[in-house]
Amino acid sequence: MSAFLSRFALRGRSLVTAVPLLWLGLFFLLPFAVLAKISLSEAAIARPPYLPIWDWADGVLSFAFNIGNYLFLIEDPLYLMAYLGSVKIALISTAITLLIGYPMAYVIARAPQHRRNLLLMLVILPFWTSFLLRVYAWIGFLKGNGVINNVLMWLGVINEPLVMLQTDFAVYLGIVYSYLPFMILPLYTALVKLDEALLEASADLGARPFSTFWHITLPLSLPGVIAGAMLVFIPAVGEFVIPALLGGPNTLMIGSVLWNEFFSNRDWPVAAAVAIVMLVVLVLPIAVLRRAQSREEEAN
Amino acid sequence: MMTQANLAKGLKPWNDPAAAPFVQIKNVTKKFGTYTAVNDVSLDIYRGELFCLLGGSGCGKSTLLRMLAGFEGPTSGQILIDGEDQAGVPPYKRDTNMMFQSYALFPHMSVEKNIAYGLKRDGVPRAEIATRVTEMLSLVQLDQFAARKPHQLSGGQRQRVALARSLIKRPKLLMLDEPLGALDKKLREETQFELIKIQESLGVTFVVVTHDQEEAMTLSSRLGVMTAGKIVQIGTPHDIYEYPQTRFVADFIGSVNMFEGRIKDDCEDHATIHSADAGIDILVSHGITGVEGQQVAVAVRPEKIAISRTAPVGLPNVVPATVEEVAYMGNLSVFRVVLASGKRVKISQANLLRSDDDAIAAGEAVFLGWAGAASVVVMA
Amino acid sequence: MQRSLSLRVAAFAGFVFLYAPILSLVIFSFNESKLVTVWGGFSTKWYGELLNDPQLLDAAWVSLKVSTISATLATIIGTLASYALVRFGKFRGRLTLGGLVTAPLVMPEVIIGLSLLLLFVALENLIGWPAGRGMVTIVIAHATFGAAYAAVVLQSRMGSLDIAIEEAAQDLGARPLRVFWDITLPSLAPALISAWLLAFTLSLDDLVIASFVTGPGASTLPMVIFSKVRLGVSPEINALATLIIVAVSAVIVVAAWQMQKAAAETR
Repeated sequence: MSAFLSRFALRGRSLVTAVPLLWLGLFFLLPFAVLAKISLSEAAIARPPYLPIWDWADGVLSFAFNIGNYLFLIEDPLYLMAYLGSVKIALISTAITLLIGYPMAYVIARAPQHRRNLLLMLVILPFWTSFLLRVYAWIGFLKGNGVINNVLMWLGVINEPLVMLQTDFAVYLGIVYSYLPFMILPLYTALVKLDEALLEASADLGARPFSTFWHITLPLSLPGVIAGAMLVFIPAVGEFVIPALLGGPNTLMIGSVLWNEFFSNRDWPVAAAVAIVMLVVLVLPIAVLRRAQSREEEAN
Repeated sequence: MMTQANLAKGLKPWNDPAAAPFVQIKNVTKKFGTYTAVNDVSLDIYRGELFCLLGGSGCGKSTLLRMLAGFEGPTSGQILIDGEDQAGVPPYKRDTNMMFQSYALFPHMSVEKNIAYGLKRDGVPRAEIATRVTEMLSLVQLDQFAARKPHQLSGGQRQRVALARSLIKRPKLLMLDEPLGALDKKLREETQFELIKIQESLGVTFVVVTHDQEEAMTLSSRLGVMTAGKIVQIGTPHDIYEYPQTRFVADFIGSVNMFEGRIKDDCEDHATIHSADAGIDILVSHGITGVEGQQVAVAVRPEKIAISRTAPVGLPNVVPATVEEVAYMGNLSVFRVVLASGKRVKISQANLLRSDDDAIAAGEAVFLGWAGAASVVVMA
Repeated sequence: MQRSLSLRVAAFAGFVFLYAPILSLVIFSFNESKLVTVWGGFSTKWYGELLNDPQLLDAAWVSLKVSTISATLATIIGTLASYALVRFGKFRGRLTLGGLVTAPLVMPEVIIGLSLLLLFVALENLIGWPAGRGMVTIVIAHATFGAAYAAVVLQSRMGSLDIAIEEAAQDLGARPLRVFWDITLPSLAPALISAWLLAFTLSLDDLVIASFVTGPGASTLPMVIFSKVRLGVSPEINALATLIIVAVSAVIVVAAWQMQKAAAETR
């Protein structure tokens, strides 16, 4: 009876693990294998628009690996520029997000308990409302006869409208704006754990406020800084919506290149190769983030 | 301080070879991977007892309790409750109940629902549940709080809800995991006596796990001292305190002075131990089973040593010493003295008068003296 | 004090930065003028136009269906995954599952979208399923990344659950399924709700992945909004944004308030 029960329990357990493993394996892991495979095939005017990489003819299995897509990425400077451009834009916007997010997270973490939840809520709320619409809101803000220009002209600061929309500046603004909550939340988690007595002890031992910040607060919040920076940097590199809506013709980001390669050129193999290279670029930051997060888990 | 549970009006079933134990733990071992939490423990508990498992954290006492409740199965060995082998019986089929250390009250249910939960699972008729819950609420004096949720109660009230919930099914055996651990000191002392009262009035067998030796001494009919997965001594609180069998038990329960030495003379009703620590041959008024020259220790409790300026007469064990420190503790004064060998000894003396101008002070030369019946030889 | 004041001013400016664009969106949705950013008097006419735009209404209906189904699937998968990760200790495939559950959170959407599409195409060629692309493939895609987010929310809640409460129920005579129903589920309810809401809003919001994996005939709301917005600002979209923001904020505020109440009870 008990053997039956435990076998039943065991079967229940493996069912509980099998369902998510199968689902995520099939719809998350396997696609990457397909992606890699198709990045090695040749584009064709067909349905689907690529040639198979293996062929079964006359009882002979022949492979036709085609690294041409990758060579193409190297030959055409457009792609290199786009990768570099994405990394540059992502790096700079991550730094700006950190500069804006840190004081906000600090103030929230040091606020009285009852106000803390309200402030956190205010940070998270925009995250729940549509990303697309929040980016869209900036169009109305930045365009020639938009809110900012109208206000500045009304104040007499400028005489003719500034060109802000369809520039890299707008892209930075859009990324910083959209990903700010992702920076604030991990920073807050790190800062709220910081015992205020440590700051008092530091002051008591003769450290000026800046010195305390530099030697105590910042090192102790470093896991939050790393996690936050990666959570902004990684999606920013692959961002498509923000450059598409706010960027100009000169804004080169790899997400848009991939999108155009797929939707406009219908060159699936090259799009797949672009994606694979993007993954390679992101492996390092993803590894850094995972390490920061697993350390965080251990600490708890 | 040592109120013993008034077990069956003075009967001591553990001394009666004919008495059938209610709970039998036979050579039980529990391993978690390579770690042995409980190591070959055998223990009999009798009906109506209030048995305490006493030990530090990680000694295996909670694991033993969880095996009794059915949350863990022994790696080897056997557990019988009321003569029935419990192997493979899940917790929900056992006639035992448990009071959890964290109380484990269901946060989304009212006090009343928490208490009724066990009866509902047994399909007890609604009307009977209502009367039994009311009874139980008044037993633990929570009549006013039936509709409250756990988070609206104080710590002491939560503790009583947990107790009521675990008692309502009238279990044959109730296990209590650190039942008073979360209460503050004053409330803990009051609740100890309440627990004993409830246990006696219901006649349920209690097994209590605790790390607090004072609590174990106060509550239990008998207690088992555990360390490193083993039970090192089982006995009444009196036995454990006055006749510790090992250095660990002597040291764990109360405070003690240990004089290392070798057996010099071993007779039927007394023994002498030559101790370089004490600088004398210590007379112990009980026989021991050892060989001459064997290394042993003599344990003497601080309150059993007399301290005086002149050598006491009529005491077999007298040692000169110098007072290093005197600590006034209110009801007691504790002296720390040093012997010629360099050995430090602790002595406590009841403060019978409010003030004593002639009290012994630090730096004085004194004599220590204790009776043969005040010392116990500890072999292991 | 000076320092702390400047910090607070900085934080306040940050909040202004977060909310000013949203606020202007809402204000100009009531603008009479078609020139979105020039005030031409109060009007609700754009809301009226919105309700007469069949393309937007159809897309909204598609999105609602997709989000509801995919959020439900995501919550189920996420619950199973986090239960295994939190409660089963070491088991075969633990590392894989842990990685699979966190990886979608840090994967750019364009990569997820493209690779899933390629999988669907390959599968269709191989076994004939899924036949074509549309709502079904969007639901699968959204359930997959939604499951990862749901698992994050549920894992932290499950980790903080006191197992003794479930043991207590067992000890009082409840069988395992009964324990799950009486004790585990009610304790998890707030987390389940927030996991579902998170998966739902993420799905409702997604443009990139849906654009890749959809087929002819299945346009979600973000896809229609995007195609309109690319042509410039439109007061109709402002009205739609206002409705979405109000609805989402209301749900989130109520949910957060409820959860805080529940958290206070379990403390």
